[in-house]
Amino acid sequence: MSTVTDAPTRTRGRRPDDDRPPRRIGLSQRLGTWDVKLSPYLYISPFFVLFAITGLFPLLYTAYVSMHDWDQIMGQGEFVGLEHFRFVLGHSDFWVSLRNTISIFLLSSVPQVLVAITLAALLDSNLRARTFWRMGVLLPYVVAPVAVSLIFSNLFADRFGLVNAALGLIGVEPIRWHSDPLASHVAIATMVNFRWTGYNALIFLAAMQAIPRDLYESAWIDGAGRVRQFFSITVPMLRPTIIFVAITSTIGGLQIFDEPRLFDQYGRGGAGSQWKTLTIYLYELGWTQSNFGRASAVAWLLFLVIVAFGLVNLAVTRRIADTR
Amino acid sequence: MIPTTTVPGAATRTRRSGLNRPGFVTYGLLGAFLAGSVFPLWWSFLIGSHDSTVLARTPFPLLPGGNFLRNAATVIDQVPFWRATLNSIIVSTTVSLSVVLFATLAGFAFAKLRFLGRGPLLVFVVATMAVPTQLGVVPLFIVMARLGWTGELTAVIVPAMVTAFGVFWMTQYLRGTLPDELIEAARVDGASMIRTFWHVALPAARPAAAMLGLFTFVATWTNFFWPFIVLNAKNPTLTVALQQLQAAYFIDYSMVLAGATLATIPLLVLFVVAGRQLVSGIMQGAVKG
Repeated sequence: MSTVTDAPTRTRGRRPDDDRPPRRIGLSQRLGTWDVKLSPYLYISPFFVLFAITGLFPLLYTAYVSMHDWDQIMGQGEFVGLEHFRFVLGHSDFWVSLRNTISIFLLSSVPQVLVAITLAALLDSNLRARTFWRMGVLLPYVVAPVAVSLIFSNLFADRFGLVNAALGLIGVEPIRWHSDPLASHVAIATMVNFRWTGYNALIFLAAMQAIPRDLYESAWIDGAGRVRQFFSITVPMLRPTIIFVAITSTIGGLQIFDEPRLFDQYGRGGAGSQWKTLTIYLYELGWTQSNFGRASAVAWLLFLVIVAFGLVNLAVTRRIADTR
Repeated sequence: MIPTTTVPGAATRTRRSGLNRPGFVTYGLLGAFLAGSVFPLWWSFLIGSHDSTVLARTPFPLLPGGNFLRNAATVIDQVPFWRATLNSIIVSTTVSLSVVLFATLAGFAFAKLRFLGRGPLLVFVVATMAVPTQLGVVPLFIVMARLGWTGELTAVIVPAMVTAFGVFWMTQYLRGTLPDELIEAARVDGASMIRTFWHVALPAARPAAAMLGLFTFVATWTNFFWPFIVLNAKNPTLTVALQQLQAAYFIDYSMVLAGATLATIPLLVLFVVAGRQLVSGIMQGAVKG
């Protein structure tokens, strides 16, 4: 800073015709140095400033809010310590929401990864019209979850729904998708799978294509068939990718909101909270009941759940990929 | 989770005894999956083109009826549809441009400029991708309310203006494609840093920047949670308006699904035009990240 303010001061102190050429060079050199030194920080600063203000600060401040009475309209009230956590943890809504969130998450992530890997293996064969198939599996990705949810809540309608009609054809009794907890979780997980399976398949496909081909050749020479090759080479080599997909789907999946919110027209996660998720619960506390304190407590608890699941996930995927 | 496993991107095209074409089982399975991907969209249009009594009819009609425009008119009448569409266009475009600009700037710095703390700062950027910042909604809402931004598009645009993913993506790309010599040459010619960025780095970054812009556009267009919280019924984005459609009235499924179809059409157009880029974007991202 001082060097910058130096320059004009000195300019003023000397007679202009004395040393104009050297000073100019000096100044531009100095500016050039500053340009080199400061520019990188300037260029990366937008991310850090924005992350600090809209990411990190809100996340940390959530802890502060969670320890106060805090109304959406009235603002900050008294310090209450862990009272909100006590309330939330003592309320059945929290535990039901946690159960639903985990159930929907498992129903969407596990089958999705399995189907995506299979799909990737199919796409990895020497297909005709390769681009067509690749684009085809990605189509659902551009449909907003909100639209997906509207469509599927109709397909899974209890009365007059296409899924129940189809099940009726093979003699299955109509399933009460909008009142049975597990059935509703299956329906909601189907929406998530609809949108993300093809996307993840392309990620796995790319990883498969990066596997050195001589691995397959030597396996072929050793007499390993395609199925054996898949389990002994492809799956272990996909390990980093599986971990990556598992982690990203954990972070997103446990915060699920759009699909369950629009599964019926009331948006409260079912008359008996059958498909209420933690984020719906958070929204309900914060914006329906205007209780920002309790909503923040739920946010922090959900944060802990995500961290815990992330770690478990990492351990499990490591182990699965290792034992192959 | 730090996805830095760089695998050589040399994707061999015809791997495994190249001449073997897969059998009909492969095509059959892929075809079935594709049908499952397209069907819900077709269904949405199908129901949206009849009236709601169609659902009680057996058997279901499998061809579209003639009511789509009437249902669409109801949608436009019930919610501020054009306003919502315009808002979605404004928000998605602004966010995409801004993410591309700031991510490329930061990517240029991380990939090509030397400065103290470069390594740790980049690790920090990547690490933030694993932070569920959505959980900070309550304080973020408080901040927006203080600023008087609730109900305004700025509240949706500003927090999304640059992403960690974008920075990481552009860093990876520029590191691999932009030769140091080009930058040195520009510097020797007396170009300032920002001129070097604008005339050397930005043109070189174009392919990756286009993909980043596309993904950001799709993600912003389909985003719901935060716009739903911070915007209101009078000034919504499309996803928020869709939600109103279902919430405000006794479900007229034909009308609701006509709305879902209408809201999806812009992205389907984008998909037709740029689906290829989306595919290769995902595949490059997977290999790099």
